[in-house]
Amino acid sequence: MSSLSQQQKIGYGLLLCLLVVLTWMIFAVWPAWLIDILGRKKTFVSTFLSGMTLAGLYFLVASGFTLVFGLMRNVNLAHGSMYLLGGYIGYEVAALTGNWYLGAVAAFGAVALTGILLQVVIFRRMQGDDLRQTLVTIGISIIAADLMLATWSGNTYQFTTPDWLFGPVVLPIISTVKSSGEIIYLKYPIYRLFVLAVAVAVGIGLWLLLNKTRIGMKIRAGVDDREMLGATGVNVDAVFVTVFALGAGLAGFAGVIGGSALSVAPGEDLRYLLASLVVVIVGGMGSVSGAAVGAILIGLAEQFGLAYFPTYGVVLTFLIMIVVLAVRPQGIMGR
Amino acid sequence: MRQSILYAILGVALLAYPAFVNNFFLFQVGAYALILGTIALSLMVLAGYGGMVSLSQLTVAGIAGYMMAIFGDNNTEAMGLGWSWFVTIPLAIGVASAIGALIGAISVRTQGIYTIMITLAIAVSFFYFVRQNYEVFNGFTGLTGIKPPTILGVNLLTPIVFYYASLVMAVGFFLAVLYGAKSTFGLTLQGVRDNPRRMQSLGFSVNGHKIFAHFLAGIIAGTAGVMLVWFNGRISPGSIGVSVVIDILVIAVIGGLRHPIGPFLGALTFVLLENFAIDLIDRDRVNTVIGTVFLLIIFFSPDGLLGLGAKMRAAIGGGLKPTKDPKSARANQ
Repeated sequence: MSSLSQQQKIGYGLLLCLLVVLTWMIFAVWPAWLIDILGRKKTFVSTFLSGMTLAGLYFLVASGFTLVFGLMRNVNLAHGSMYLLGGYIGYEVAALTGNWYLGAVAAFGAVALTGILLQVVIFRRMQGDDLRQTLVTIGISIIAADLMLATWSGNTYQFTTPDWLFGPVVLPIISTVKSSGEIIYLKYPIYRLFVLAVAVAVGIGLWLLLNKTRIGMKIRAGVDDREMLGATGVNVDAVFVTVFALGAGLAGFAGVIGGSALSVAPGEDLRYLLASLVVVIVGGMGSVSGAAVGAILIGLAEQFGLAYFPTYGVVLTFLIMIVVLAVRPQGIMGR
Repeated sequence: MRQSILYAILGVALLAYPAFVNNFFLFQVGAYALILGTIALSLMVLAGYGGMVSLSQLTVAGIAGYMMAIFGDNNTEAMGLGWSWFVTIPLAIGVASAIGALIGAISVRTQGIYTIMITLAIAVSFFYFVRQNYEVFNGFTGLTGIKPPTILGVNLLTPIVFYYASLVMAVGFFLAVLYGAKSTFGLTLQGVRDNPRRMQSLGFSVNGHKIFAHFLAGIIAGTAGVMLVWFNGRISPGSIGVSVVIDILVIAVIGGLRHPIGPFLGALTFVLLENFAIDLIDRDRVNTVIGTVFLLIIFFSPDGLLGLGAKMRAAIGGGLKPTKDPKSARANQ
């Protein structure tokens, strides 16, 4: 810890204090004065949990986005379309086979395949021309949105999740203590906890992949300096295709996970594209840990905004982005 | 010399256009293309001369439109202060250009594709904001019944009057941009685009120039926004939504970002495609057609239709040589 600067020490100290306060707020029975300030504890804790769930979803989408960007400098503005495509394909497969898991796997596979196709057929041709690549992804997202509308129409699709993921679960968190002494525990949809768990698992998986495997080493080296990586004899194109497939696949997978939490409908592509953009801008472009931090900040901001000042929820998200840009233009975890 | 003859022919054609066509082509095609072209022109100024591809220019235009509805008259429950047009027009354009400068101040901290991301995020945030805000912006439905003023007994919304008004605005800004590109500020801005570090060490304020360029582009976009809200008679989150934001980029890129005529070429192509793609293919698949054209243009001619024209001239022999590298192409002009 001696390597930490004074500033970092203060930062970590503040973070620790915040965590302690938050833990206390979640598990303790709220005294009357706190209820006076913030309203019922149930609202607060539910909002917090929803925020974390949303953060998990955002992380699933944004981690692929940031990986692709970090390695290839390719801002894939069709990333939202991949989310939506994953949702639709997952829905079709799940409806056909009656197996939700198969839907999720199919979504990952099919969208990863689409990603490989895009990388090999289109992006490889304009390697290094960032602006043109970005424009191409915009063109693709326009066409994709229109074709998906043609195929699946404007209807809203609802997944049927496996039985054990259905309904609420009682959490060991005390909501209120009634005057009669009866203790009421907080209830929360189990599926949302599942989303959070999946996001954490994917996060850990990505961390292991990037830090503990050979391909991860190549990817990290490519993010730092792709010319040098190529010069050392690594097949950079293969690394690019792998990362693009992984990023796209994660977006497609998130389409099923997110589509089951909410629904699959036109317009969702944009929502998640914006979320990925903001998360990655805030967290730092090209950094997976940054995507996690950004996702938590934006997810919480969005849900708390919605619960405590409904009209201006979006503005809160926007303010976070501006503040980060003003203080740290490269993002919180960016280099 | 040849160029001025071309301009003269174009000018006469544009002036005489109403004599040959019906109201549909005058209003829905002519005026609409001129307005969209002007908004895209503001993007061309930023992208071509400043090297900043900003996706929030339609947002700036939309802000001007909303200001007209809020301070002027509209027939919805929300707002509508009913101020006179000679107050609301300058106010709307002023607010729009101020916000344009603000967006500039935010986005100059970033470069290249980062600018695209930030400005897109700003545009989408504004879209969600107006959709959720009911007190001022009337949420999802937006504000309707926005009418242009009747000046000296002439209703501005008469197709022929509206066409000429759009033409005056478009040509005015077109000439202003041509002139501005050769002014001291324009040249400095292009210097900043090509080599910010050198300009910095020469003592120019890099960010200052970029922000001022955003302000000027805001005036262009804001004015076009006022015309656009009169054209539509209404404004809602849908009119400033992402698909329209992208449309403006598509228009600018299709036309070409090298010369201020590009956005107008792009706008004309876009409006014609939008109106007549129905005949080519299924009515609902307009976006697929436009997206495909956009992709083809990016693939085969990064300089848009302008670049395509230059290539064809070069193939026929003589004329301008098409430049492969868009950067040097821009630097040449």
